Amino acid sequence: MAARGLQPGDVVAGFRLEEELPLAATAAFWRVSRAADDPPLLMKIPRLEHGANPINIVGFEAEQMILPKLSGPHVPRFMASGSLDSPYIVMELIVGESLRAQLAKLPLPAEAVASLGAKIASALHDIHRQEVIHLDLKPSNIILRTTGEVALIDFGFSRHLRLPDILAEEFPGPIGTGPYIAPEQLLGNRTDPRSDIFALGVILYFFVTGERPFGDPSGAREWRRRLYREPVPPRALRADCPAWLQELILRSLEVHPRERHATAAQLAFDLQHPQQVHITSRGKRTRRDGALSSVNRWIHLRRSLPSLRQTIARQLERSPIIMAAIDLSPGQEALGDAMRLAVREILHAHSDARLTCVNVLRLSRLAIDPWEDEQGRNLHSRRLAELQYWAKELPVPAHGITFHVFEAPNPAAALLDYARNNHVDHIVIGARASSPLRRYLGSISSQVVAEAPCTVTVVRATETAAS
Amino acid sequence: MRIALLSDVHANREALSACLAHAQACSVDRYIFLGDYVGYGADPGWAVDTVAAHIEAGAIAVLGNHDAAVVGSDSDLNDTARVAIAWTRTQLTPQQCDFLRALPLSAKQADSLFVHASAWAPEAWDYVTDARAASRSFDATQQRTTFCGHVHVPEIYHLSGTGKIASFTPIAGTAIPLTPQRRWLAILGAVGQPRDGIPAASYAILDEERTTLTYMRVPYDAAGAAAKVRAAGLPAVLSLRLLAGR
Repeated sequence: MAARGLQPGDVVAGFRLEEELPLAATAAFWRVSRAADDPPLLMKIPRLEHGANPINIVGFEAEQMILPKLSGPHVPRFMASGSLDSPYIVMELIVGESLRAQLAKLPLPAEAVASLGAKIASALHDIHRQEVIHLDLKPSNIILRTTGEVALIDFGFSRHLRLPDILAEEFPGPIGTGPYIAPEQLLGNRTDPRSDIFALGVILYFFVTGERPFGDPSGAREWRRRLYREPVPPRALRADCPAWLQELILRSLEVHPRERHATAAQLAFDLQHPQQVHITSRGKRTRRDGALSSVNRWIHLRRSLPSLRQTIARQLERSPIIMAAIDLSPGQEALGDAMRLAVREILHAHSDARLTCVNVLRLSRLAIDPWEDEQGRNLHSRRLAELQYWAKELPVPAHGITFHVFEAPNPAAALLDYARNNHVDHIVIGARASSPLRRYLGSISSQVVAEAPCTVTVVRATETAAS
Repeated sequence: MRIALLSDVHANREALSACLAHAQACSVDRYIFLGDYVGYGADPGWAVDTVAAHIEAGAIAVLGNHDAAVVGSDSDLNDTARVAIAWTRTQLTPQQCDFLRALPLSAKQADSLFVHASAWAPEAWDYVTDARAASRSFDATQQRTTFCGHVHVPEIYHLSGTGKIASFTPIAGTAIPLTPQRRWLAILGAVGQPRDGIPAASYAILDEERTTLTYMRVPYDAAGAAAKVRAAGLPAVLSLRLLAGR
């Protein structure tokens, strides 16, 4: 079997070739079918003829190793792989549109960019949790499914942290795509999930300004310019780019991975909650920093890279999103204190944790205006102030904490939805003292425990008297 | 077919029992033993009988250097190992010695080679601890994949189509795809005397259908095995090793 010379109707490894798809030059892609009930399938066959780029040949082997280990809606489902005369992979044919199709429409409105960015960041977090770093994130490798989710494709340059890195062993130089490759990747580090956050920052910059932050460099020497030269701030190119979006983009494009968001989930969180983004000088800048401070950053990166390498494996563990569901009802002060203590302990154990404090206003279906209490004060902003007061002594930097008050008829369901949509890793929730009514109806905390997608810590104030 | 690959049992009954039970729980269909059933540990007779019983049931077993030393010359071994070999000789029946004497140096199945130390001159008991030794082994066989033990530290060497050799320390429980584009040389850890700092017993499962290799770590009663080594009057270092995994 050879990549060339295949005809529609041929059968390869039990799959019938239906139609050749012109997706990329490095491999042949065929829409294939096996059984009537299979979803649409795609067969990828690398071009191995003389003159083929060896990096793509090894990359195909890397993809054969990595794709079967991935699952979930953010990757094509693996079906089969093997080698007859020539290797092949069969996977789900994703129904949707490549992000490359959007390039003609750039620049896009900030809100559209943020919404797209949040979806891509969610997809990245999903593969990072499976210990895979994409390392070649770019518009042509991102597909917007017709169902709305983002799927990532082409794991030919990717790294699975539990498998041998056959690409790095074969090719000593940087492996990636010029406009998108992260600084540490240029220096040979292929073990940092935050390299994908950098590439996402390039995409966000490109989509909101219409220009690539580092242009389209052609050689490895030009690639390195991003190590010491900052990009022009997006607001200098597009005055209506909001400061919060510039903050997130420039933070993603920081030379040192440690300055970026600790996880893609934390970036997705910020992209979904613009009003909560902590804006620093980064967000306000309208021109580049001086060359000297950039050079300093670069020297700093060079010095700290070896230590960086050792800590990467624990990066996700160290950087959970913690959600504290706080009950602010009068009489629950002791519970509030116990919650603060519990949250403080969890924060101590996770140096890059992100804390989100939430409070749900139980909405009576009959209420006419839930936002006004009888004194006419805005209940929502009062609750927000109370949340901030509750958290003011917790050891979290300003960019690491957010506050949310929302109204819902069913608080438990609202908390669970929030946890799922924001990739929460750990819920801390208070349980009020037991009462016959609560035993009968079931408490909010018990419903959250039963249905949560993550770890839940239930906090109870120590009882002062026997009940 | 799922095949359990077990190497360097070294007369450690507690460790081998734990690995066999683990493999059974993993629905293994077949067993291949990569040598060194005796030496160092306190249950050489039991170890030989257990391997022999598995061969009756279709398993494959090859000869290790300690097995060869018990029934032949022990001049290649260090002093501690020689003390253990001398003691082992007093423990084995003539039938058990005959069994060891009859073991082959290597075995082939499909595109795999099974050998105790290296495909290069198996009877020279070369240690594959670097790319040069791995290269000697790759050059000495046509088989695509080689499985061996002898070093007591898990490692996988792979040879790309362009002739580059690299190695990787496998992570227990992760299935490693043995892709068809390259050749593989898998060094198994030791069942009965791990030396990579982890005292848990080490073996691996080869999944022929998926062509993946998964290294396993099985905690076992190392303190019990170490106590038996001491009680048998074997050198103290041999019991301490079991506790430290070094």
